[in-house]
Amino acid sequence: MGRKILFITTDQQRYDALGCNGGGIARTPVIDALARSGIVYDRAHPQNVVCMPSRSTMLTGQHVSTHGVWMNGVPLSSDAPSIASDLRRAGYRTALIGKAHFEPFIDPFLRFAENRIGSGGLETEMIIGADGLPAPHRGFEHFALATHGGLGPFHYARWLREKNPAAAAMFFQVLDQQLQVNAEGGGDTGAPQVKHNEIPREWYHTEWVADQTIAWLATLPADADWFCWMSFPDPHHPWDPPKSELGRVDWHELDLPPGYIEDAAQRERVLDDKPRHWRLWYDGTFVSNYEAPAKWVPNTLTADNVREINAMAHIENELIDEAIGRVMTSIAARGWGDDVDVLYTTDHGELQGDFGLMFKGPYHVDSLMRLPLIWRPAASARVAPSRVSAPVGLVALASTFASIAGLPQPDYAESARLPHDDREAASLGHERVLTEWDSVLFGKIVGARTVCRDGWVCTTMLPGTVHDGTEGELYDLVHDPLQRVNLWHDPRHAAHRDALLDDLWSSLPARVLPLRPCDAPV
Amino acid sequence: MHIDRDPDTVWKLVGDLARQHEWFPLASCRVEGKKRWITLRTGITFEEDIVTHDHSLRRFQYRIVGNPGITSHLGTCDVLDDGRGGSVVVYSTDMEPAALALVIGGAAGEGLANLKRILELA
Repeated sequence: MGRKILFITTDQQRYDALGCNGGGIARTPVIDALARSGIVYDRAHPQNVVCMPSRSTMLTGQHVSTHGVWMNGVPLSSDAPSIASDLRRAGYRTALIGKAHFEPFIDPFLRFAENRIGSGGLETEMIIGADGLPAPHRGFEHFALATHGGLGPFHYARWLREKNPAAAAMFFQVLDQQLQVNAEGGGDTGAPQVKHNEIPREWYHTEWVADQTIAWLATLPADADWFCWMSFPDPHHPWDPPKSELGRVDWHELDLPPGYIEDAAQRERVLDDKPRHWRLWYDGTFVSNYEAPAKWVPNTLTADNVREINAMAHIENELIDEAIGRVMTSIAARGWGDDVDVLYTTDHGELQGDFGLMFKGPYHVDSLMRLPLIWRPAASARVAPSRVSAPVGLVALASTFASIAGLPQPDYAESARLPHDDREAASLGHERVLTEWDSVLFGKIVGARTVCRDGWVCTTMLPGTVHDGTEGELYDLVHDPLQRVNLWHDPRHAAHRDALLDDLWSSLPARVLPLRPCDAPV
Repeated sequence: MHIDRDPDTVWKLVGDLARQHEWFPLASCRVEGKKRWITLRTGITFEEDIVTHDHSLRRFQYRIVGNPGITSHLGTCDVLDDGRGGSVVVYSTDMEPAALALVIGGAAGEGLANLKRILELA
């Protein structure tokens, strides 16, 4: 019997959401306890700041240039490598419960396996692998799929319809009549994508994901090795937690987050010092990410909107923490307490008011790139708790899962496993972390490549619709933790900038061509 | 999509509008005069007006109608002679909401790949 793996992800969660990372609003005692007895990574970045590319990196251990999911809407190839497949071949039982999103959501033709599995209420779909043998889709023998609400072709939506056919309408309507992400405001302040949701807490997707996880684990024999990816859809927008929970955090009493610049003139000076797509989006003239509501203009965001959205996100974070607590209790009750490795992270961050912006896009700053990442090794592994300051990426997860299972680093994986401490980080080659962005949605072409190392983050904007290839961002994370002073054009830092760019281009894998087609907006 | 079969052979399948589900990711097609109804695998049915069905040009054009969520649509499928005994099939979509055009474009890509496989294996 080996070590079992509980892989917990949230969606669009900030580093500072958690108490163990200095967050002072949401109470997250369960995650904080995992952090105290495990390894906390203080500089963990995704390899892309939207869902599908980032999740594909987690599964494949590859950068975006290699796995080819270069923006949302590009499906991960059905024969892409999967660490879940490797674990299953090694004897692990495998499940993915909650949000998958390796394939597009908007799929009326039912072309993609996730949507066929969910809409059919199936456990998985068998495919013939390269070895000629049948294997479950992406290596998961059990799927129980959900997304941000009660609609869509997923198990949660089917379950919710059976509970109450009217329940789905209690959630915020994610798309409008034009199939654009809905810009409608709600709550107390008219904040975008906020709704007071009448859904009972026990019917909310966070609870369902935990319930489904507990139920699947209960089907396993005591001596099974297992890999369970428990994937919460929250705190991704829309921000519509159950209304019954709104008393947890009163938005009226919240301080504004440090990243929000209250003075509009100062805020706009900071934006103007960044590549031009920042200010163009703020003014509502250049929306390059489908998930940012096209009809919403960021410069209309009020301080109270920011407070209310933050309150909603923190309520959702608390619900996630409590749901994890229920799962950990059930694991302990099975007698597995000492043999389970828990990894906790998210796919990307959320601007959540920083720079007067919400949602996400080609904005490679800590709001979107600095992620919570915790590895609580099984007690039986006797790994000392630590905090790691070295830069690491989600690209290291696949190798980490392999190492927990006693497998060698997969030959397709592009990173060594996560380190146990900073000393090991150096020996494993965790010197830098890379992040890519590409989008071409509706003719708006944006590309960015970023390297973070030695306390600096450097982004070059590729030639596109509004960039000529000369723009970029350079931040000193030690002296400018909020990334307000862009040193890209500062001649005193030009040599350092160029050295970082050389390091970026020499470290980034060559792009696999031809590019895979984008089959949906998300 | 290039298909290593002559245009008349390709058009024989593409131009039979009731058989599109044999190569496009659809559940079924039904044609009555200048009308067609296609049913997706999700069970959604779209009503279409057949705008052009020209055997000499090897061109098919259609509009999705009667759907309040689709404010405009024109789909076009051309089978072109590549001049070397093969064919190039071009499937294009103009529509609002534009987000749905991307989805139809993805399905068309899969459909054209299927078409090539079916015809070149035949």
